[in-house]
Amino acid sequence: MLSRKWVAAVAVGALMVAGQALAADKKVVAVSIPAADHGWTAGVVYHAQAAAKEINAAFPDVEVVVKTSPSAADQVSALEDLSASRKLDALVILPYTSEELTQPVKAIKDMGTFITVVDRGLTDASIQDLYLAGDNIAVGANTAKFMIDKLGGKGDIVVLRGIPTVIDDERIKGFQDTIKGTGIKVLDIQYAHWNSDEAFKLMQDYLAKYPHIDAVWANDDDMLLGVLEAVKQSGRTDIKLALGGNGMKDIVKKVIDGDAVTPVETPYPPAMIKTAIYMTVANLIGQAPVRGHVKLDAPLITQANAKEYYFPDSPF
Amino acid sequence: MTALSQSVPASGARQYRFSWADAGPFLALAALLALGFLVNPDFLSETNLANVITRSAYVAIIAVGATFVISSGGLDLSVGSMVAFIAGITIMFMNMMAPSLGVWAIPAGMAIAVVTGLLCGLANGLVVTVGRIEPFIATLGTMGIFRALITYMTNGGTIPIDRSLREAYRPVYFGTLAGIPIPILISAAVAALGAFVLYKTKYGRKCAAVGANEDVARYSGISVVSTRTIAYVIQGACVAIAAICYVPRLGAATPTTGQLWELQVITAVVIGGTALRGGKGRIWGTIAGAVILELIANLMVLSDFVSEYLVAAVQGVIIIIAMLVQRFSK
Repeated sequence: MLSRKWVAAVAVGALMVAGQALAADKKVVAVSIPAADHGWTAGVVYHAQAAAKEINAAFPDVEVVVKTSPSAADQVSALEDLSASRKLDALVILPYTSEELTQPVKAIKDMGTFITVVDRGLTDASIQDLYLAGDNIAVGANTAKFMIDKLGGKGDIVVLRGIPTVIDDERIKGFQDTIKGTGIKVLDIQYAHWNSDEAFKLMQDYLAKYPHIDAVWANDDDMLLGVLEAVKQSGRTDIKLALGGNGMKDIVKKVIDGDAVTPVETPYPPAMIKTAIYMTVANLIGQAPVRGHVKLDAPLITQANAKEYYFPDSPF
Repeated sequence: MTALSQSVPASGARQYRFSWADAGPFLALAALLALGFLVNPDFLSETNLANVITRSAYVAIIAVGATFVISSGGLDLSVGSMVAFIAGITIMFMNMMAPSLGVWAIPAGMAIAVVTGLLCGLANGLVVTVGRIEPFIATLGTMGIFRALITYMTNGGTIPIDRSLREAYRPVYFGTLAGIPIPILISAAVAALGAFVLYKTKYGRKCAAVGANEDVARYSGISVVSTRTIAYVIQGACVAIAAICYVPRLGAATPTTGQLWELQVITAVVIGGTALRGGKGRIWGTIAGAVILELIANLMVLSDFVSEYLVAAVQGVIIIIAMLVQRFSK
């Protein structure tokens, strides 16, 4: 009786030790991203969770943990929590703000963790092992190139810009530098704060102010939705093009369907978080060298390649 | 008590006496229209004015409710988030009902919107009155709650309305009746009803009395708790009506829907001549205030003087000048 109990105890103990060893062997990849508070960040959360699920299923030795935070302060706390209980092999982070997150990320780096920074850089670039971002200048420039081409080098256009930030400035700069010297004339440019309602109002006002508009560029798809509603209401037919940017699924769907006014789209894809997670894991598991700067281009999404950028299940 | 005893006999006499203070917001509106015409003659075109007044309808409708809350001595910061929350619930309900009810899902959804609005208003009211929490803090709390709920419901993205309902529902924002856009008619009806309740009923008098002096009102046998709670419920109903008009415009609710509308609403109410400390409500002034705010934004785009970077500063200056004109015209 006694010996049988002993055998059972030893067996259970052995199992527990083995389980511990197994867990310890797992490489832990923490992913820290902003919580979903608008379309684009909602897309980031969706793609990060999708990547975690796929990788955890494909590689039993890897555990990807996704943590979302509603503010910069929360993200700092989240980093502390993630790193307090176990050693992180890698951290993939899309920082809320550069300044506030730099020191906390450095503290984790000092523990020997591989650091991947996505989209927004830290103030000290030496902290990151891998940096991956999109190209906001290309978003503006590629849209402008298409517009010049389609309008035959001349036309009157109006522009809606977002919230005064580096992202907005870069998109506008890319656009304006590209149309410089062509016959494209920007009649008006105003802020609509990346908000559909404000864009709707602003477009109504543009339509009231200018009897003839050849094309509209809203530097984000949320705003484009408002623009399209205002144009539809006015019944005006002079607007030949209404373009956006970012890769929202509703707009990509329009491109797939061959919409005449919105035939193309430029991506600043939230799915870049997925690229970053996969590359980080490739380094951990496959010893693939990934250190460096990766800049995703913003190729024009047309009817031919739109499927690649279409995620019907994503909230964005 | 002063407000109560003065306003009863004065209401008959007021019709014969021209009050500059009451006319203030309308004078400001007229001045703005004249200024707009000088800046750009297109400003007074029928299409432009119809557009601007139509889109001021949301803020105007919500501000009618806010006139009750503010004149009774309260404040509601949650209205912007509440619009988004109610719009989200309404769209989800309509989409759920669309397969079985068809187009009838739209009136059913509207009913749900009103019920949700009443409940949200009641919740705000009870926290403020029974819970005895400062209105600023209580509604700041519910503002966060409603905003988080709509973000949760949308997963941070958008809830679009079912395609089968989209076209049928569109006329509620874009349609006209006898040439007048429907949102304008709805806000006029809400304002007329609000004016009747505030000026002609016992409840309206109680509202002003509670706002003017809570203690005196209590000693006069007025229930401060029920008067204030009802004001928040009225506010909830107004937000629901605004949400009903909002959904057909873009056909979706997002986490950024109605952001900062609470500030526009409070500004409209104050421009309209309602005292922020309570005791005095001006429904028609509130409507004028809402239109003024929207006209200023419109004017900024139609004029070429103001750099895109300075628009908000010029808007602020115009609002302050409008308030000063009112102050010194007394």
